[in-house]
Amino acid sequence: MHGDYFNDYTAVLIASVAGVVLVLTAFVGSLLLSPRARSALKDIPYECGIEPVGDQWSQMHFRYYPFAILFLIFDVEAVFLFPWAVVFLSPFLTSAIFYEMLIFIGILGFGLLYSWKKGVLDWR
Amino acid sequence: MTWADVGWLVLSVGLFLGFISFVVLFLTYAERKFIGRIQQRLGPMRTGPFGLLQPVADAIKLLSKEDLVPGRADRFLFWIAPLIVFVPAIVIWVSIPFTRDIVIENLELGIFFVLAVMGLSIAGILMAGWSSFNKYAMLGAVRAAAQLISYELPLLVAVLGVVMIAGSLDLQVIVAEQNTVWYIVLQPVAFLLFFTAGLAEVGRTPFDIPMAESELIGGPFVEYSGMHWSMFFMAEYANTFAIAVLTTLLFLGGWRGPAPATGWGQDVMMAFWFLTKASAVILVIFWIRATIPRLRIDQLMSLAWKVLLPLAFANLVMTAFYLFYGWPDWSIVLLSLGLLMATVYGYYVRRRSRLPRPVTVKLRVRQGRIVG
Repeated sequence: MHGDYFNDYTAVLIASVAGVVLVLTAFVGSLLLSPRARSALKDIPYECGIEPVGDQWSQMHFRYYPFAILFLIFDVEAVFLFPWAVVFLSPFLTSAIFYEMLIFIGILGFGLLYSWKKGVLDWR
Repeated sequence: MTWADVGWLVLSVGLFLGFISFVVLFLTYAERKFIGRIQQRLGPMRTGPFGLLQPVADAIKLLSKEDLVPGRADRFLFWIAPLIVFVPAIVIWVSIPFTRDIVIENLELGIFFVLAVMGLSIAGILMAGWSSFNKYAMLGAVRAAAQLISYELPLLVAVLGVVMIAGSLDLQVIVAEQNTVWYIVLQPVAFLLFFTAGLAEVGRTPFDIPMAESELIGGPFVEYSGMHWSMFFMAEYANTFAIAVLTTLLFLGGWRGPAPATGWGQDVMMAFWFLTKASAVILVIFWIRATIPRLRIDQLMSLAWKVLLPLAFANLVMTAFYLFYGWPDWSIVLLSLGLLMATVYGYYVRRRSRLPRPVTVKLRVRQGRIVG
């Protein structure tokens, strides 16, 4: 069973290669078929027809930075939760493991409540 | 694994690719037709009978359109971004079963693999937004990243409930376990969460804030045209189909339905039920697009973090207790419905508390004149 583990992923490799080939074929096809007429005006960033103001790669405020950190925490938690959920019905799951995970979820839920109270979850 | 096996794999991957491309082309047509009908229009009618050749015409038009790269764009990232978005949309189909027998390679990790690979497309969208050298593209990409990571959590935790009941990540096992009752009955909260978060993951209306045409003129894809743009477009439709298919597999019993017990009739009926259910989910997605207006960005983030995520964890804990203590099936159904009703009630209470207070003025009228 476990010897087949990497063999199973041969299909994933083949599908990735097929996807890349498909995209590249489409690009090459459009390279051959599409017209090309470069001009200085076409190089300007598109802003609904008005002339762009300022630098396009200017600094801007990424408001989702706290969200990203929260996401990281909860995503790591999901990694812990998946094995727990898969073996849930098997006899290995004693009540100790069951309640441990509930405590873990409880701590994280408290963390979410805390950040909510602190106003981190408001997009300002 | 012999070369013959590899040959079979290549053949089946090719067939699946062909099928997915066909579905994507058909979905673009079906969406325009269906939304047209909802808005009392006919939709495309000119190309072929009932406009059936519209997707072909679109493909030819996109293929022969100039593939423009903005002057100061990061050319390499600009070229490669559609690839990064499109390839995961293809790779997930490796482990999605269509019937009991039709699947390229049923991985043991199943749903976990699919969700993990789907998440990769965030990188492609960010690259597209950054490399375009356009303010709107950048803004759209940042919003897309915020939205996709926020809605990934409810999606994962909602799937956990199903995984716990089925005891496996394998999609075929999950469908096989639904032989007595579909999981939409046992996990209605998880179903709603998965469907909502799934819509947000593929950026469909009402969650199309990153692409919002009327405010961001197409978000990360502003500067894209021709084939590059159509790759993003195809990936979006392939992912929409994937969400519909996953909803079918996880909650609607997959290919289960009245079918003969043996023979080729069984396989045909399985494929029929599977495609029927998936199409029904797709039509609901189109219906939502025609009906519900776009959310605002702060509403979007609060929905994910303040409503969906707590609900998902409540559902997880509820399901855990139900399974661990072997409560009867009706208890989890009642608990789920109670949770949903409490959520709706909480929403109304909160909304009423935020409305402006009605102003009451006491007037005393004496002999037809207002006094005091």
